Order: sequence, then C-alpha cells, then structure tokens
Amino acid sequence: MHHQDIALEVVLDIYTRVLRIRRFEEQVGRLFRQGQLPGFVHLYIGEEAVAAGVCAALTDDDTIISTHRGHGHVIAKGGDLKRMMAELFGKATGYCKGKGGSMHIADFDIGMLGAIGIVGGGMPISVGAGLSAWYRDSDRVSVCFFGDGAANEGSFHESLNLASTLALPVIFVCENNQYGEFTPAHKAMNITDIADRAVGYGMPGLVVDGTDAFEMYRAAKSAVERARSGGGPTLIEAKTHRRGSHAEGEEAFLGGQSYRSAEEMAAAQAKDPLLLLHSYVSENDILPAARLETLDAEITQSVSDAVEAARGSPAPEIASLFEDLWL
Amino acid sequence: MPRKTYVTAIQEALAEEMRRDDRVFLIGEDVRIGVFPSTRGLHAEFGDKRVIDTPISELAVAGAGIGAAVTGLRPIVDLMFGTFLYLAFDQIANQAGAMRYMYGGQTKVPLVFMAQNGAGSSAGHHHSQAVHQFFMNMPQIKVILPSTPYDGKGLLKSAIRDDNPVIFLHSLSLGGKRGEVPSDEYLVPIGVADVKRSGSDVTICAVGPTVYAALDAAKQLATEGFEAEVIDLRSLSPWDKQSVLESVAKTGRFVAVDESFPACSAASEWAATVAEEAFHHLKAPVQRVSNADVPMPFSPVLEKAVIPSAADVVAAARKTLT
Repeated sequence: MHHQDIALEVVLDIYTRVLRIRRFEEQVGRLFRQGQLPGFVHLYIGEEAVAAGVCAALTDDDTIISTHRGHGHVIAKGGDLKRMMAELFGKATGYCKGKGGSMHIADFDIGMLGAIGIVGGGMPISVGAGLSAWYRDSDRVSVCFFGDGAANEGSFHESLNLASTLALPVIFVCENNQYGEFTPAHKAMNITDIADRAVGYGMPGLVVDGTDAFEMYRAAKSAVERARSGGGPTLIEAKTHRRGSHAEGEEAFLGGQSYRSAEEMAAAQAKDPLLLLHSYVSENDILPAARLETLDAEITQSVSDAVEAARGSPAPEIASLFEDLWL
Repeated sequence: MPRKTYVTAIQEALAEEMRRDDRVFLIGEDVRIGVFPSTRGLHAEFGDKRVIDTPISELAVAGAGIGAAVTGLRPIVDLMFGTFLYLAFDQIANQAGAMRYMYGGQTKVPLVFMAQNGAGSSAGHHHSQAVHQFFMNMPQIKVILPSTPYDGKGLLKSAIRDDNPVIFLHSLSLGGKRGEVPSDEYLVPIGVADVKRSGSDVTICAVGPTVYAALDAAKQLATEGFEAEVIDLRSLSPWDKQSVLESVAKTGRFVAVDESFPACSAASEWAATVAEEAFHHLKAPVQRVSNADVPMPFSPVLEKAVIPSAADVVAAARKTLT
C-alpha cells in the first residue's frame, strides 16, 4: 500500500469516504438487530475501499449504478446520510419517500442513478448512461458497480459486449466479495479472475486488490481517462471480501448451517480496508491522529443525527401511494 | 387525403419526431437496414448516432434505452418481435415501469419499446405470439396497439412525446394495409378508443388486427338484423373504460375480442370490468373471444384457426343475442 502518486487531499477524501460508509453501515446493522428497520439490509462492510477509491476518481457529473448492497456507493458518491437513513426507516423524508428502501436508493442530483435489487439488473442501464454521454459528446463517464454473482448473469455478457461494440464510456467495477449469497464464487465459475472475461469482449480487464483504496483509485483513474478519451469501456475486478452477512439476520435463512470458516473470516479481518487505511495513514504520519479522531467523531455524530432525524420523520401518507406515477 | 400503408405511416412518425427533437433516437438490431421497413431510410437522414445498430442483446439494449432515458434522451428501442420482449423482461418489468415510482419521482423514463405483435405471417410460436396482455399487468407501462395507418402514426408520435415508458406494438399482418393519413401533423392521444361502427344491439370491443374480424362480424350480424357497435380500443394501458361502459349501457351486451391466449388476456380484463361496473345493464353474460389455448402453430391453416375469426365473433355475439 502506498500513496506517493496521490495528493494528500485525495488521501483524506478517500479515508473520509471509507470511514463514513463504515460508521453508517455499523449503525444500520445495530438498528436492524434491534428490529428497528423493515425489510432486508445488505451491508457493505469490508468492501468500502472499492466505492471510495472509484468515486474519488469521478466528478459530480459522472454517473454510477449500484446494487442491492448499495449504501456504500450512495455515500461514496456524496449521498446525504439523513435522506438515506430516512429511506431505510421507510419514512416520507427518505430519498424515495419510502417507496424504494434499502435496495433502491437513488440521488439523481449527484449522478447516483439508482440501486437495483436484481442481480445484474443495473448493468444494461449503466450502458445506457454511457450511451447518453457518447450521444451528447460529453466527457461524462458511467460507472457500473456489480458483484461476482452478476458476472454469471446474461446481462453482464450482453452489457459488456454492447458497451464495447459501441466504444461507450462505461467502467464496469466488479466487486468480487467471494460470495453470491452463500455460494462461493469459485463454485459458481470455473475461472479464478472475472477480469479474464474482458478479453472476450475486447476491453481491458484489471485485477485489483479491492481492500486497498489507493489501488482502487488508481485503477479507476486509468479507466476513467481511457473512457473520457474515447477509448471505450474497462472491466475492473476488485478482489474484496464481504465481512458481514449476505443480508443482516441471515441466520434465519441458514437454519444453523455455516458456509464460511473461522480462518477465512480471520483472514478477511486482517485485510479489512478501514484497518489497512487507518494503519497506513497513522504509521506513516500522513494524517495526524487527532485529526482522524475528530473526523471519526464528526462522522459518528452525523450518523447519529441521521438516525434521530429518521426516527422523528413522518411515515408516508397513504395518499402518496398514488403519487410519482405517469407524468 | 393521401392513402398510405401502415408501415409508411410508422416510418413517417419516426422521421418526423426525430426531425422535431434531437434527443429522439432509434436503437436496435438492424434498424439501419430496417428488417421491418418502418425504420428503413432513417439512417441515411439521421446518421450513426441517431440510428444505432446493436448486437442481438435484447436485455442490454432495452436497459440501455432506460439508462439513456433517465439521463435525458428519448430513445425508441426496436426489439423487432413481441416475443423478443420476453428476453428483456427484467428491464421492462423491474426497471422501466418502476423507476420513477421506486425512486420517489426523482426521474422519468421517456422511452418507446417497439415490436411487431401477434400472428399472421406463419412464423411459428417464437415469432407469432401476441404479447400485449403481459404488459397490461405491469404498473406504469403504457401499451398501444393501433389497427390503422392513421392511428399507427398518430399514436407513435404521441408515444415518442410521452414522458413515460410506452410499448408500441404493431402488426405485421397489417403492414401493407392502406388508409388515409393526413399530410398535416396530427397526434392520436393514448388511452382514447375509436368507435368504428355504431350499433345498439351488442358492443364488440377489439384491438389491433382483431378490429377487422370484429367489423366483418358486424356486417354478418347486420344481415341477421342485429346492429353491433365496434370499439377499437387502440390503447391497452391505459384503456378507455369509459367508452366501453357507455356503449354497454346502450347495448346491454358485450363481446371482448382479443388475440391473446385466453387466461388473463386483455379480453379477460375488459370482460371483468364490464361485469363489475355495468352488470345492471347486461342482458346476457359477457363473452370473450381469444386465441385457442395452444402454442402458436406454423401451418397457415392451423395458425388461422388459433386466432379470433369473424365467425368466432359472430358466434359469441349470437350467444348474447339469443
């Protein structure tokens, strides 16, 4: 891990994004366990370096598409914690007025075109966002976050091929967190690197350590430059690890069965992206400890504020069922 | 008024709307060549960016249309055959229709999916099914199925200007059909039926090619002394319930004619609505005329026997009249 080629303010920016995602997700996990959140939540803990590194390489005009495990992407793109938390509580003040929930948060004002609950479902839409940029001769790029599971969906193959055929400015970021629900990725595909599939579609495929936020930033930056200069799409495979559950409360789905070993979880803990980043910036005196503590306190407070605001927000009016329909 | 074919009318609608609004573009497999000639010639006028050929990837192309729509463009996605919409189902059912609502009104999806619908070209099960009924069951997807060149042009132009996702279905069996199409610009509103023939004895409701079976049936019934009112719904979602209920209030008899497979068909929806909301006007049980409940066969003789014919409509109408 090193940051020699990365400006100090970018280092702080990346660190802040990672930490904000972590503190938000930890709080969401607690709220879910306390039975305060309806539905399912899929936490991004362990994968923060991917969204943070990639989004730090984007401008506000660039767009992203996300997945069922989407909180991290929204936060990394600059989403508002209060509106996010209110949406998780199903409140009228949420991003989607309580109509979307955890798996469907969007913020079109910051280029966050939506989390999509269907595995692979966002991939074609990201191609369309790239097509839109190409159509207008804009230098905007479209980033598509998806998981290893999506790489086995037809939409993955169709989307990569279509984006490549039309040379569209799309960056496909595969978060290989090693599991599609409870099935290990290596049992769902007979290859080691999903990035190898890029060859079949005539685009570069990069394997990146997805626990290293700086490596993610570098990879994204090169793909963004390529896309902006008309070079077409890139597939980036981020090797990461889902530290937590597929969905919170997954024990209920497992019926006492386990699918990961203690050794595996310990190895993932040792490669925790926040831990790595924190150790790096502390040990190399890049960011003073006092500043990191202040930042953590501020972020933790903003998450608490978001929870308080969400609790105090009104539930949607039943009449709102019939709003946001046909224009 | 000039008489033009159904295909020419669609071609004109596409060209006029593309000239009017540079956010409108056409994307799909072989849209440059124009396998169905409705898109032929557009590439020569509008160029590579606005007439985009794609790989055969219905799911990705449909989704790309959605992505372009939510970022400010107005795509027309040509998926060629209605049955190919099945390959794009996730994007249509889970995304296109839901995005605006699911994201709390933050976006809109001004998008047209275009495809040929139904039987008539003896192409077998994979190219001859009517698919409109599936999309009637999806919230927030508009579905239109015009039967004449006039309606084809006017409705497609309305669809392209609509800020919501619209599935525009046309019928190959009507492609060469001629009709009056004004030279001046006009629009046909989505969701408004057209009463093709007035009558006081029985209401026959149809859409797309079955309108012609209904009109032929009405002629036959007239020779038997019964005057049928024939309603061409033109739009399936939203559909013009009011016109149908008003007609039934007058006639007291209702026959729903629709080229869907029978269960949960368009005809089922119309018939259920009439039974619920006009029961006190009914003098006889409502009747449905739908496809035979079998996969679409190849042989022209068999194919013809599957879809609603004028004789089927006459038989259903007689049940309500005697």
